[in-house]
Amino acid sequence: MATASTTVTSSAKPSGFTIRRLPFLFFLTLATFAFCYPLVWLVSASLKPRSQVFDNRLIPEVFQPENYVRIWETAPVLRWLTNSLTVGFMAATAVTLSSALVAFGFAYFRFRGRGLLFGVLLSTMMLPGAVTMIPVYLIWNRLGMIDTQIPLWAQNLFGSAFYVFLLRQFFLGIPRELFEAARVDGCGYFGMFRRVAFPLCKPALVIVFVFEFKASWSDLMKPLIYLQTPEYFTMPRGLKQIIDAFALSGHYEWELAVAASVIAVVPMIILFAFGQRYILDGVATTAQKG
Amino acid sequence: MTTTVERPVTGGQAEPARRRRLHRSPLAKQEDRAGWLFVSPWVIGFLIFTAGPMIASLVLSFTDYQMIQAPRAVGLENYRELFDDPRVLKSLSNTFVYAAMFVPLGTIFALVLAMMLQRVGRAGGFFRTAFYLPEMTPAVAAAAMFLLLLNGQQGLVNKVLGWVGINGPNWTTDPNWLKPSLAVVSLWTLGGTVVIYLAALNGVPKQLYEAAELDGAGPVTKLFRITVPMISGALFFTVITNTIAAMQMFDQAYTMFYGPQQKAAASEESLVYMVYLFQNAFQFFKMGFASAMAWLLFVIILLITFIQFRVGNRYVYYHGER
Repeated sequence: MATASTTVTSSAKPSGFTIRRLPFLFFLTLATFAFCYPLVWLVSASLKPRSQVFDNRLIPEVFQPENYVRIWETAPVLRWLTNSLTVGFMAATAVTLSSALVAFGFAYFRFRGRGLLFGVLLSTMMLPGAVTMIPVYLIWNRLGMIDTQIPLWAQNLFGSAFYVFLLRQFFLGIPRELFEAARVDGCGYFGMFRRVAFPLCKPALVIVFVFEFKASWSDLMKPLIYLQTPEYFTMPRGLKQIIDAFALSGHYEWELAVAASVIAVVPMIILFAFGQRYILDGVATTAQKG
Repeated sequence: MTTTVERPVTGGQAEPARRRRLHRSPLAKQEDRAGWLFVSPWVIGFLIFTAGPMIASLVLSFTDYQMIQAPRAVGLENYRELFDDPRVLKSLSNTFVYAAMFVPLGTIFALVLAMMLQRVGRAGGFFRTAFYLPEMTPAVAAAAMFLLLLNGQQGLVNKVLGWVGINGPNWTTDPNWLKPSLAVVSLWTLGGTVVIYLAALNGVPKQLYEAAELDGAGPVTKLFRITVPMISGALFFTVITNTIAAMQMFDQAYTMFYGPQQKAAASEESLVYMVYLFQNAFQFFKMGFASAMAWLLFVIILLITFIQFRVGNRYVYYHGER
């Protein structure tokens, strides 16, 4: 019923239908609380003394910002943050550049074996990481790279199937005439990539960068496999360490684990604040391109 | 340059068109080379980090390898053990149960939220951002947070449930509620699916609804006869990717229920497949057995996806294709 009348008249007078929208707005607000309040709760809990972490008060009865000082002193949190930033930056830069290069290769050139190769690329997306996980570990082990951060990002130098697929769609959207014009002006193939394709697809490249940075920042499995020395840990790996050592055992110092969680989340929230439009548009297009 | 000389020789002969295509012009050859050059990073990476390891992992799955000595061939022993080890089957069924809760519920919740978002016009932008926020939270932090929120005695979730008269379970300690609590953590991060559905909904032409209304269609008819078929491509995409992701769920389960100092409370009920695989590979160093587990997972994922595609092809409608 509601839809029936909205669609008929909405184009004529959109403002008069706020009343019909009220129930939707109510439920959406409810959902917003479900999605966002836990994070608010987390920040609030991180400022409480141990005995009150669970009291579910929004405003802490006793403010204890010292939790952050203590976690800073007991664990190399700053090291973990810089490690995560470095690894994330390397991973995201490597995958963006390499995937763009490969995607341009698939989008622009008609070379022999292209169809087959692209089919192989698409099918690798189905492959669970578990299948290659052990031999890849053995490769890095043989190269003496265990307990270094290189295995966390070096594979990204070779492109990633999903991003190649995504960027190829964007490159295909560039009119071919632009490339021909660049050729006439004396551009080589690499020049066409660098001077035409790359600048025109900047939004897509930002999407890839942000996605990969986020994925790298959140990853737990690889740091678990490759890192042993706490100084090399990334933030999630360090956070897991804190949860195990302080919260799930010992003195059950949840206030420390909570404060560390906030430290792990905040950089992602900042990233989201700046890249929000790119991220949401990027997510929206992934399914349509697929 | 030599190619330019060769061309008239081959091209000049009156060959059938099909044959001539094999001898390509210098320009085409140049394009061949450039194309391969551009895609070569991926090809090299594929050979080193995908194709090679796939073969290696298949070989390893027929061996006993603990990293101390060279792999020892054991034939089908590891595969036999897959079916003899009760924890393999247990972890597999745990994973299925988790996926069976998360994927359908996630799809329905996300669809309902997306449809509501579409109805509120401009304000939708704000809600869309709010819904996506949890996706930015690293899984380890989200898991730690939900360990507290889902606490049976003092957790916020049970408190809220108490307001509406529901006596909440011991989510994180009662063996029967471990998988639902994992599903809750995953459902918290369904904002990405909502965003995808919203984009798909916005692509449905309004005229379809108007035409249906003229024919007297009600809201339910419109939902199942227009909305769902028109966005079936997006639905299909998310169901497949969410299922594949659910089968490989690791971070939340490992953070919440496993660690170096394995708790006494750690129940078999929270053992998902990837956690057990990880333990075998990197804690027990049973590399051969873990490889066999990985291949079993691969085959299962292939089968599920194949079935989903078979079903999907019957129902999915792609705009403007075919």
